[in-house]
Parts: sequence; C-alpha cells; structure tokens
Amino acid sequence: MRVALFITCVNDTLFPGTGQAVVTLLRRLGCDVEFPQAQTCCGQMHVNTGYPAEGRRLARHFVDVFASYDAVIAPSGSCAAMVREQYPRLARARTPATAAAGVSFADEVAEMVPKVYDLSEFLIDVLGVTDVGAYFPHRVTYHPTCHSLRGLHLGDRPTRLLEQVKGLELVPLPGADECCGFGGTFAVKNPAISAAMCSDKVSNVAATGAEVLCAADNSCLMHIGGTLKRQRTGVRIMHLAEILATTEVVR
Amino acid sequence: MSGGDTFLGMPAFPVNAAAAVQDSQLRFNLRKATHTIRAKRATVVGELPDWLELRQAGKEIKDHTLRNLERYLLQLEEAVTAAGGHVHWAADAEEANRIVADLVKATGETSVVKVKSMATQEIGLNEALQAEGVTAYETDLAELIVQLGDDWPSHILVPAIHRNRSEIREIFQDKMADWGRAAPEGLTDEPRALAEAARLHLRERFLSTKVAISGANFMIAETGTLVVLESEGNGRMCLTLPETLISVVGIEKLLPSWRDLEVFLQLLPRSSTGERMNPYTSTWTGATEGQDFHLVLLDNGRTQVLADKVGRQALRCIRCSACLNVCPVYERAGGHSYGSVYPGPIGAILTPQLRGMSSELDASLPYASTLCGACYDVCPVAIDIPEVLVHLRAKAPHPRAERLGMRAAGWVFNSPGRLAGAQRLGGRFRRFVPKHLPGPLSAWTNTREIPDIPAESFRDWWNRTDGGAR
Repeated sequence: MRVALFITCVNDTLFPGTGQAVVTLLRRLGCDVEFPQAQTCCGQMHVNTGYPAEGRRLARHFVDVFASYDAVIAPSGSCAAMVREQYPRLARARTPATAAAGVSFADEVAEMVPKVYDLSEFLIDVLGVTDVGAYFPHRVTYHPTCHSLRGLHLGDRPTRLLEQVKGLELVPLPGADECCGFGGTFAVKNPAISAAMCSDKVSNVAATGAEVLCAADNSCLMHIGGTLKRQRTGVRIMHLAEILATTEVVR
Repeated sequence: MSGGDTFLGMPAFPVNAAAAVQDSQLRFNLRKATHTIRAKRATVVGELPDWLELRQAGKEIKDHTLRNLERYLLQLEEAVTAAGGHVHWAADAEEANRIVADLVKATGETSVVKVKSMATQEIGLNEALQAEGVTAYETDLAELIVQLGDDWPSHILVPAIHRNRSEIREIFQDKMADWGRAAPEGLTDEPRALAEAARLHLRERFLSTKVAISGANFMIAETGTLVVLESEGNGRMCLTLPETLISVVGIEKLLPSWRDLEVFLQLLPRSSTGERMNPYTSTWTGATEGQDFHLVLLDNGRTQVLADKVGRQALRCIRCSACLNVCPVYERAGGHSYGSVYPGPIGAILTPQLRGMSSELDASLPYASTLCGACYDVCPVAIDIPEVLVHLRAKAPHPRAERLGMRAAGWVFNSPGRLAGAQRLGGRFRRFVPKHLPGPLSAWTNTREIPDIPAESFRDWWNRTDGGAR
C-alpha cells in the first residue's frame, strides 16, 4: 500500500512538528509514508471565502498530486473534510475550466475521496490500532473541532486513541461540540463574535484544569491557543499526532 | 416596525454584531433561552428511532413539491375556490400589501387582529396597513411584547427572545394602556401574571374585531386546506371569531396531500418548541359558515430562489428555528444583527436570496457563519446551510484588498516552489513579526497571539533529513 502524507499548508508552514509526529508515529506502526513534494493547499480558504475558481484549480492540483496513492493521510479534520465534502461539488459545477479539464474530473474526484483519511480514521479503520504505544503522563482535554465532528463524523475515534495512551488523564471538555469561532476568514471578518466564541471556549478549557488542549486540527488550535496564550492561562496546545507520537523512549 | 423598509440603511452584520455582543443582558437572555430550547429539542428528537428517515421524507416531499410547484399551486387554487374561498396572487410585497389593504377597507373596518406570521412581517404588512388607516393588532404573546415595545422580532419562533420577564413586565405596565386594556395594578414578573395580563388585554380585542389576518404553516394542494400550528390558542381565536379571514402565505408552504402532513406534524413541533406535539393545530378549507376567506399567495422573490440549483433548498424551510437555537453566532450576535425578519443561519441564506446582495448588510450575511455545521445537523428538512453559504459567498461582492490577497495566495499555492520560497522568507524574518499586526489582520491580534513561525517548514525538514531518516 502506497501511503502519502498530505501535510496541509497550515501545518507545513506553521506546525512542522505535527507532520514530524505523524511520520514518527506511522513508522513506529510499520507504515511507510511518502511526502509528495508537489503538494500545496487543498483550497479551503479560497472556496470558503467565495473564490471557487482558485479553489477548483487547487483541487485539480491536489488530485494530480495524490491520485496514484492508495491512501492519503491528512492531519487536519477540516482539510480532509474539504476534499470529502466540497471537492465533489467543485468538480460537478460546470465552468469553462472544468469543461476544459473534461467530464472526467468529477470521476477522478469520486475515486480520490474514499482514499483520503484523517489521521485517527487511518489508525483505527485502516491499520486497526487504538493503542499506538504512546506515553504522555499529563492531564489532557480534547476539543473535537467542527469539521472533524460534523464533517468527517470522526465520532469517538480520537478519544479512543487518547484513552489508550499510557499515563494520560483525559478530562471531558464542557460544551465540546461548540465551535471555537475560528471559521477561517470569519476570525477577521467577524472578529467580535469570533473572539466572544473563543473566550467561552477558553473558559471551558480552563475549567477542566487540563495542562494540554488537544485537537485534530491545528487551525482551530492556533485560534484557541492564541487566546489561551493572550489570556496567560498556561494551557498548552498539542495536535493529536504529537501526543500519539510521544513515547517513554523519546522522553 | 418589522417591514422590509425597516432595515434599510442598516450597517453590515459585523458592525451590528460587534455592538450586540457587548450587551451582557442580551447575551444572558439569549444564552439561557437558546440553550433551554436546544436541550428540549435534543430530548424529543432523540425519542424517535426513525428521526433520520422522517427528516429524509420531509426533504423529499418538499423537493418534489418545489419541482412541481406550478401544478400544485393551480390545484390548490382550484380547491380553495371550490370551497368558497377567494385566491389572490401577489408577485411582491407591494402587491400583497395592496391586496390585503383593499380587502380590509372593503369591509369598512379600521382594525384587524393578527396570528403570528413570518410572511406578513417579511412584507411589512402592519406598516402598510397603518399607512391606509388600518391598525393591526398582534395577538401572539411574543409578538404582542414586540409590538408594545415598539421593537423588532429577533427570533422566528420566539420573537421576544431578547427580552426577559422583568423587561416584559415593564413593557406591559408602560404600554398596554396605549393599545387597549391596561395592565392590571401591581403586575409582577411571574410568568402566570404576565400571561394573565396578556389574556385580559387580548380577549377584548378578539371579541370586538371583525377581520383577522394570518399566515399558514402548510397548505394542502389536494383539498385546499390551510394549517396553522400554535401554542397559545390566540390563533384559533383569530381564525374562528372574525367575519373575514385573510391568509398571506408564501408559495413554498405547499404540500401535495393530507398524508404528507403526517411527516411535518412530527418534524415541526419537535424541532421548534421541543414538544412532541404543539397544543393547537387548526385546519380550515375555504370559507366556513359566517366567514369570508381570502388567500393571498405570495412570491416576493421565491421563484427567483427556485431558479438557483444550490440555493433553492432554502425554500424547504418550515420556519422551525432549530438552526437559530444551535447557532453559536446567533447566540452572541442576536437576531437584530441580521437586519431581517429571518435571522440566524436560515436568515443568512434566505435574506440575501430574497433581497439580493446589493446592500452592504445583505452582502455580509453569507459571511455571518463559521461554517461549523450545527445548523445542518438539526435542520428537519436537511437544508445544507453551510453549502448554500459557501455558494452565496462566491456570488457576493468582494472587497478589493481581499481579492488581491486571495489572488496572491492562489499564485503562491499554485506552485510548490513558490510556497517553499514564501515559507523560507517567513522563517528568515520570523523574529520581526510584530505582536500586533496592522490593517485588517489586527482583527486577529486584538484578542489572540499569532503562532510562532518555525525556522524550518515541514517540507524543508523532510528534504534536509530525508523524511527524518538522517
């Protein structure tokens, strides 16, 4: 099985440690992962802000880069959801660009979609593991993020993985299924509401007494983490992959 | 105070919302009310093992009806006429208001009682009637609070959701006398006392008014029957007592047959009030003995919405307001920020389609969402609100600076080499990134830190270490 890592532009640029953790974790589980150099961005920011033409170009590029792989792992719920939910719509919409690309783009997307996995889906549904041999002796709370929860329907996969981590104390997050207020460009287009939502999220995180806030999406974590830091709460943010990659040996 | 013109010249959503979010009383009222209804809905929906099938059936019945709208509307017209009713067709708000005003004036009356109705608010009927010397009295408790308070509705189901009971007591005390029977002496803010005050105030009105105006939740094409679901019984009073009944109904409220009601009488109350069944369901077919009946079928932009393949799903809406009650943006911005009688997620997709996006406010509505998807999850007719929001954003006018920024980002993302170059540039100058960013990006740094920019991107790390092997 040829497995590709779709690092996502946000992780590539701002959170390389998450990508390194995915590579470490998968290697430890005996899965060799490739990094196709031509990858860039899934196009979510463009599409969700109202620029579908640019988004469609990036979708075309994504399919070109990843079509030959058997599985594509994205350590980001919202980027994986972008491919799964929005690519079929983008490919269906008839424009001069898609017409030039031929009717087959919709078919290519239909073939691509089932091969794209969020990290926790790949670990549990494909590799069949919940205990990844991690050790992380800290109090952790988990924010499920909207696109992981309602877009990908990850369900309890991430928390099942966390529950198997040695030493980790998982504490439930009140109001977990509520949005943190990031929403991509929403955060700057509607800053007052975005900040109010995040403030409530941060209060809930602080109420858990957790040392670490974990999620499967760094863009949401960047938002909540930025507020946690501004409010000097002392709570750290960590991507799910980073916790799962940590072992006693490494420490 | 609630007509289409009322909202003219209102600033864009972010400006309204930024002001509303500072109102701690409003935040408290909204949070308490939306979370209460949200929990009730979750309980009664959870009771039904076939909820998802019901939802799918509701969606399919509505889609089928919308695809065959012309046929069913003509069938309805025929059935209503055969049952002694009069059917009028209104292309827009102005025409609908004109028809209703003429019908009222023909009776010689100068006052009408109203059943809670979104369609008549959408067209600003009360204001139009006022201009013709006819006073419209709202009889739904929450609409009464809004009318007495010279206020706007801020929620589809509970228009006075932004008011708590002590505010309501003040409004009753100060304003009831101006509109009819005054509030009782020593009125308290106990819900029972407030309800009793409203009951006494309204009872006189029901018994003395000869014309009523309603909307309808559903219209049955097969039999020409109209259906109103309500909680208080004021609707039943308005529908049965007056000599003339005028119903203004959007053309999308149609259902083909009585059998279809079975689905919607389960979907609507559970989604809207969180009840298994609503207290009152009134149905009537054409004119009844001693009462004239007029049905005004309202388009007002709906056929234009129907022409949009993605946007048309908004016409499935049964006005339950479940999407408002789960929306984190609505909960903090409040209904007035949306500048429309349709607030919340459904308003954000309905208003720009019905009114167009030429005003700054209407163009900002598709962006009044984080696309968190909670609205789609609870929608009883499976309107994919995030999908329509994204669709409308593509049609909305974009600010020039944003267009340039998006084009630049697209140019970078179109080439892995350019992306790597940009990342290296960022890594090199990472120490010089200010704590507070300038321009529109200050919206981020006002309340949040920006993440530390790493010295090396993932792709550079991969290439330097051969994927971590070295």
